[in-house]
Amino acid sequence: MNGTQAGLIIAVFIACAVETTEALTIVMAVGVTRSWRSALIGVGVALLALAAITAALGPALTALPINVLRGVVGGLLLVFGLQWLRKAILRAGGLKSMHDESAAYAQESRAAGDAGAVASGIDPYAFLVAFKGTLLEGLEVVFIALTFGSNQKNVPLAAAAALVAVLVVVGVGVMVRAPLARVPENSLKFAVGVMLTSFGTFWGGEGVHAHWPGGEVALPFLIAGYLLFALLTVAALRRLQAAHAGVSSRTARA
Amino acid sequence: MSRVKALIRFLWDFVIGDDWRIALAVLLALAVTLIVSGSSLAVWWLLPLVVVVILSISVWDVARRSR
Repeated sequence: MNGTQAGLIIAVFIACAVETTEALTIVMAVGVTRSWRSALIGVGVALLALAAITAALGPALTALPINVLRGVVGGLLLVFGLQWLRKAILRAGGLKSMHDESAAYAQESRAAGDAGAVASGIDPYAFLVAFKGTLLEGLEVVFIALTFGSNQKNVPLAAAAALVAVLVVVGVGVMVRAPLARVPENSLKFAVGVMLTSFGTFWGGEGVHAHWPGGEVALPFLIAGYLLFALLTVAALRRLQAAHAGVSSRTARA
Repeated sequence: MSRVKALIRFLWDFVIGDDWRIALAVLLALAVTLIVSGSSLAVWWLLPLVVVVILSISVWDVARRSR
């Protein structure tokens, strides 16, 4: 296994674990509050839809010439990764509230409780919320797994990493029977943001004929460079927030 | 029609996200890299530079607005 394949496994596994944690919280909330049967049917239908999307897009992507694939898909991955990294930096820097599974579970449960009586048979509310939650979180996983897998010409490896992550998270969720509040989601999203941005830069660059110094050796340098930049930005934002809080408290006392 | 709009909105949120300038900067950087790579100039550094600059601009805009 080379470094790029290891990076693929790590990035897909972490991204998939994070998204599965979020989907699990939604499904558990409507399952406990409304109807487990309806919620699980919603999850099943969403998984079928995701499988159909993967089956349609996977072969189409791998059939593209490698430079076109890397240029287009690398560019998309870079834009997608920058979204993740931007949010992660804003959260770590105190400018955006941290994602909290316990709070998300409580909010989802309240909304499910307020949605009226549970219908007999399939409860539409539980079905739709579980379906939508699984589909939307799953689409991100499919996108990441397909882009990584097709760029590496190894979709099965990416799919295996995604599947293992889903099984691990769901297995732990079933064992503890509670939202996985201890999963360090915000830190994991930070790491995934750096990985997606780095791989997107590398593949996007290769797709438009940029010659990286040292070839694949450039990838770890991109990861390290972006990580350092992101950490420095977070530190600067925190200092700025602290300075702003200091000025506000002095103004309030005056 | 509303379903088409909803789909477009979903795709926009999914791919472009909160700050469209990031997608535009990446697109322009890829295009310039493609054009310049035809010459003898080394251009690998452009994409990482654009990433750092556009991410800084986007994050600092949020920081400035929150003050």
